[in-house]
Amino acid sequence: MPTPRTEIDAAPFVRLSAVTKRFGAASPALDAIEGVILGGRITGLVGPDGAGKTTLIRLMTGLMLADEGTVEVLGYDTRRDPGAIQAAIGYMPQRFGLYEDLTVQENLDLYADLRGLPKTERGRTFAELLEFTDLARFTARLAGKLSGGMKQKLGLACALLRKPRLLLLDEPGVGVDPISRRDLWKMVENLTAEGIGVVWSTAYLEEAEACDHVFLLNQGRLLFSGPPQEMTGRVEDRVFRLSGVDGRRRDRLARLLDQDGVIDGVIQGEAIRLVMKPGLPPPTLGTDDGAAPARASVTPPRFEDAFVDMLGGGPGGRSRLAETQRAFTEEAGRPVIEARGLTKRFGDFTAADSITFDIPRGEIFGLLGPNGAGKSTTFKMLCGLLKPSAGEGRVAGFDLRRDAAEARNRLGYMAQKFSLYGDLNVIQNLNFFAGVYGLSGARKRERIDLMTEIFDFRSIHDMSAKDLPLGLKQRLALASAVLHEPEVLFLDEPTSGVDPITRREFWTHINGLVEKGVTVLVTTHFMDEAEYCDRISLIYRGRSIALGSPDEMKARVASNDLPDPTMEDAFVALVQDSEAKEAA
Amino acid sequence: MWWTRLKALIVKELLAVLRDPKGRTVLIGPPILQLLVFSYAATLEVKNVDLIVLNRDHGHWSQEIIQQIGGSPTFRSVTLAASPAEVRFALDTQRVLAAVEIGPTFSRDIEAGRPAEVQVILDGRRSNASQIVSGYVGRIVGAVAAETPAGKRAASDLIQVEARNWFNPNLTFQWFMVPNLVASIALLIGLIVTALSVARERELGTFDQLIVSPLRTHEILLGKLIPPMMIGLFHITIYILAAVFVFGVPLRGSLLLLYGSAIFYLAAVVGLGLFISALSMTQQQAILGAFLFMVPAMLLSGFATPIENMPSWLQPVTLINPLRYFLVIVKGVFLKDIPLAEVVRQTLPLCLIAIVTLSSAAWLFRRRLE
Amino acid sequence: MNVMRKLDLKPERAGRARRFAALVRKESYQVVRDPSSILIAFVLPMILLFLFGYGVSLDTTRTRVALVIEEATPLTRDLAASFEASRYFSVVNGRDRREFEDDLVLGRVRGILVVPASFTADHAAGRHPTVQVIVDGSDPNTANFVQNYAQGTVANWERQRASEGRSPPPAIAADQRFWFNPELTSRNFLVPGSIAIVMTLVGTLLTSLVVAREWERGTMEAMMATPVSAAELLAGKLLPYFILGLTSMTLCVLIAVFLFGVPFRGSIAALYALSATFLMPALGQGLLISAATKNQFLASQLALISAFLPAFLLSGFLFEINSMPTVIQWITYIVPARYLIPSLQTVFLAGDIWPMFARSIAVMFLIGCIFFALAARSTKKRIG
Repeated sequence: MPTPRTEIDAAPFVRLSAVTKRFGAASPALDAIEGVILGGRITGLVGPDGAGKTTLIRLMTGLMLADEGTVEVLGYDTRRDPGAIQAAIGYMPQRFGLYEDLTVQENLDLYADLRGLPKTERGRTFAELLEFTDLARFTARLAGKLSGGMKQKLGLACALLRKPRLLLLDEPGVGVDPISRRDLWKMVENLTAEGIGVVWSTAYLEEAEACDHVFLLNQGRLLFSGPPQEMTGRVEDRVFRLSGVDGRRRDRLARLLDQDGVIDGVIQGEAIRLVMKPGLPPPTLGTDDGAAPARASVTPPRFEDAFVDMLGGGPGGRSRLAETQRAFTEEAGRPVIEARGLTKRFGDFTAADSITFDIPRGEIFGLLGPNGAGKSTTFKMLCGLLKPSAGEGRVAGFDLRRDAAEARNRLGYMAQKFSLYGDLNVIQNLNFFAGVYGLSGARKRERIDLMTEIFDFRSIHDMSAKDLPLGLKQRLALASAVLHEPEVLFLDEPTSGVDPITRREFWTHINGLVEKGVTVLVTTHFMDEAEYCDRISLIYRGRSIALGSPDEMKARVASNDLPDPTMEDAFVALVQDSEAKEAA
Repeated sequence: MWWTRLKALIVKELLAVLRDPKGRTVLIGPPILQLLVFSYAATLEVKNVDLIVLNRDHGHWSQEIIQQIGGSPTFRSVTLAASPAEVRFALDTQRVLAAVEIGPTFSRDIEAGRPAEVQVILDGRRSNASQIVSGYVGRIVGAVAAETPAGKRAASDLIQVEARNWFNPNLTFQWFMVPNLVASIALLIGLIVTALSVARERELGTFDQLIVSPLRTHEILLGKLIPPMMIGLFHITIYILAAVFVFGVPLRGSLLLLYGSAIFYLAAVVGLGLFISALSMTQQQAILGAFLFMVPAMLLSGFATPIENMPSWLQPVTLINPLRYFLVIVKGVFLKDIPLAEVVRQTLPLCLIAIVTLSSAAWLFRRRLE
Repeated sequence: MNVMRKLDLKPERAGRARRFAALVRKESYQVVRDPSSILIAFVLPMILLFLFGYGVSLDTTRTRVALVIEEATPLTRDLAASFEASRYFSVVNGRDRREFEDDLVLGRVRGILVVPASFTADHAAGRHPTVQVIVDGSDPNTANFVQNYAQGTVANWERQRASEGRSPPPAIAADQRFWFNPELTSRNFLVPGSIAIVMTLVGTLLTSLVVAREWERGTMEAMMATPVSAAELLAGKLLPYFILGLTSMTLCVLIAVFLFGVPFRGSIAALYALSATFLMPALGQGLLISAATKNQFLASQLALISAFLPAFLLSGFLFEINSMPTVIQWITYIVPARYLIPSLQTVFLAGDIWPMFARSIAVMFLIGCIFFALAARSTKKRIG
């Protein structure tokens, strides 16, 4: 909790007036940003990738200059006195700014020297920071050999060496497991108690809720500035949770989204979460298809609800993609994806340890876990990128060892950040994927035309994929993955960093496809994405520590203190549980 | 079905190289640079030589020698020195490549029919040029000697060495260099394009995408091999055109033979590139790897210096260098019209190298997938 | 805030020294731990040195030639013996030139020396006796050598006969001497030259790679957001690679002298003065490249094209600058290796010739200053 303080001692640490920054001729990366950042609190810079968060932080460090407007940090103008600013701030860039071939201690020494930390204070400061970051045991380890969470803590320690007055953290949460992220957050909160100003940039909207003050950026524009409660207040009493929707909740959601008055809706475990227009009651789900009526209850709003509301609501519920997709009908009970004791060893390190699960047709199954936990290894074994050291995997009934090529013909693969050939244009990418999946002639033309139409590629067909905005890249990646109407879809971190509207559109398509019998395996470290899944396997340190539906997971950790845990709460609790068991 | 997949892959590879500014730079920059620099600058001919003369003789014959040297197109300047110290200084500081010292009795000796002597001092630090200049000076001195009374008398006794240059009558250096370049550009391009193609995909993460597609490993391999070979053939063609139409190198042999063996050569090169690519994780490593292979390959190919000049224990190493064989073929086809049997004899090793590199690249490639 | 400013000004000098030391230490750790640094600074130099020590030899010792004696007489046998004894030729004997024409086409011999049937008769009668040399013009350099050596061998043979009184002495004898390298061992000038190329690799290629790597990995940004000044950053980069360049050079010199037996007639002081000055433009160019590209891939390409190739081709190392077209000769004036290579060859083979070194050092220093000025200008403490 932020410590209460009076407004008088809170002289602005950063003053942004009409700050505009352009790169090239495209629309500005930052457009006339105004605002004030105060000391002693955590200020969140929130927004999807490409919103302008990193640019804004770089402007505050004085490493980059605004094209228009002024940035004043700790009373100095960034244009005139960057040196004075740099002497007084701590900055942790993305990827933490560590030298990977230096040890933890060498990194600390380097930054201590660069920041001019007096020799006499070193012993105490190092001890304090190592204790604070829990890195004392690893001082001799190369920074490159640390886990994401440990790197992040070391990065923070380096930025804190000479207690800065203003701490700038650029996406400190990326690639870090929720437990480390919580640890970090606690550390940073302690700092604010000493009057240090903290700027924390993030694409995770749930992190925004914990900040004292939020700058919400989207496409270079400042959409909102204020306490997050003010933001969520916009949709107070308009957010409903529809429970008891049973089996067909995806279909229900699709129809709900097309109703008037529904601004936004997402799947949340077994339930549907809806944001309504002001003053409208939640729709009563008709019993026309014989299903039991759903129960609607008001639920506390989240930052994301308000964000989507502010952007004018999510897309409709129809997926043209799914409508044109042929249906896969149930066959005699055989699961579409099977993992039987999948194990992968690299030397004496076991990256995945006897992972077992089945995925029936038409289910979305999630592999959830922090980076490096083994979810990617498991995922890669199942789509044939890695040979398992032991165990077996089957996809669409084909053994991955013997009939890998047959299996691959039936699966579609999408890794959001890495799917496309950046130097090829949109049509060339589609042509390529059509070709490698063996589409030719009229069928190829027909499918490509269809994708062009559904995803509206016509106006951008000759743009190189690497120049597309993130949202379009994501659409193109999806289009490429489903061109050949796969039975199974493998999605690797499909929507991290994407703006919420694009994410909803994406999931609308996926939900539609699943209704047609497509089976989906998704990896994510993104708690929101986990909520879309029917079932989740929680992977931690190479093992599956929990398997079940999101609601079951949450129920398992619910307690009197935490009656309605979030997915992240569940994750953290389950991991701590597993660690406790292991220690015992 | 397999053809549809392979075609898609080949088209994609070509597009990826041609649309990527880096790729285009690789395709256009080095070839032009190489053609210009090598064919014009990298010459072992010796021209524009500076020479100093210390002439202590006051007669006619020393003047004759100096004038003949001055008049030769090889020499740019002839400076007269006043003292041996000046000669020494000029040689020491490399102001001149050679010095000629003529003694005080030179003309008198000649007139008297006594054997006369000139001293030629050459800079051994630049021994290649020095040797050639020494030949030139020797010939000029010989020509002057033939004019002397004694020389005239002995002229009919003197043995004349009559030189005839086959294949390249005027010893035009470009006739040698440009065919060499045809072979080396294919090495350069084939190696770099292949080495980069896998490394690029690995770096960008799209390689996984290929592996999860129904493409089989051998199809991916073929898809990675054929485009660089096509690009290599394209460059070979451009260079051949430049050789014939810009540099006027005679093309005496059969183009068919040249292209026939070029395919095996390119296969060997591309196999090597793929091998390097499979070993490297990043594009930068691939470039360094290609570089690490290319420098020795160029130097140990017979391009710069004949293989027979190398120590005998080093010569066998050149046997695994594909450039060595193709150089013989290109130069042979261009200038000598070598017979089919010889082309085959040189192509067989290329074939062997291609089989070894391709299969080991394929092996490494498969192993990396697992 | 004013208080803080004052505090920072006072220990400025001590702080600067400590920051600098920290940067140098960091860089040194990285050099030791990064395999590509070791590769470029030590393995590649060894390979180059080895290639130029053994592989590339411009000495045409023992060129294979065919010797066709169309009529065997004591005279032609005597001449043939002197060809066979020549250390430049490895001779295959024959009676008819047609036997060897195919060998010439196939490159099995580099030339055919023909002593015609009429030679003995012409010699006796003073009717312009002729020896024909047919050479393989497809390699003009070797062709030239074969011609020259054939001529030389014949001239020697005549001189020999003259001294024995069997034929008149030549009117003018050209006494040729090669200073500094009388045996004309090409290794003696190639190895010192390749040391310049090694220093180009360390100075330009490696430096541009490591700076570009800092940009790529985002550590440059983190550095810049500390109180380090741009000058300190640059200097902290340069010193380790300067030392590494000199280390690598020293290693090469030791190998050159003790393994390859290249004479070293100059002074160590001259060697280090020249090398140290050369590293200025080399490092400056490396910095400039990395500041301009900020990308390891592009940096390596640019470094190879703009530094390595010119050092190789446009420096007089292998090819005579004087023989190049004028435009290219102008370009060579900005290639720092052009000044280093002749000076290094001189230090090894000739000794200390300071007038030459002074000029080289002055020009390299000047080019170095220009590169540094450009690099400093493009390495402001700013991103994008």
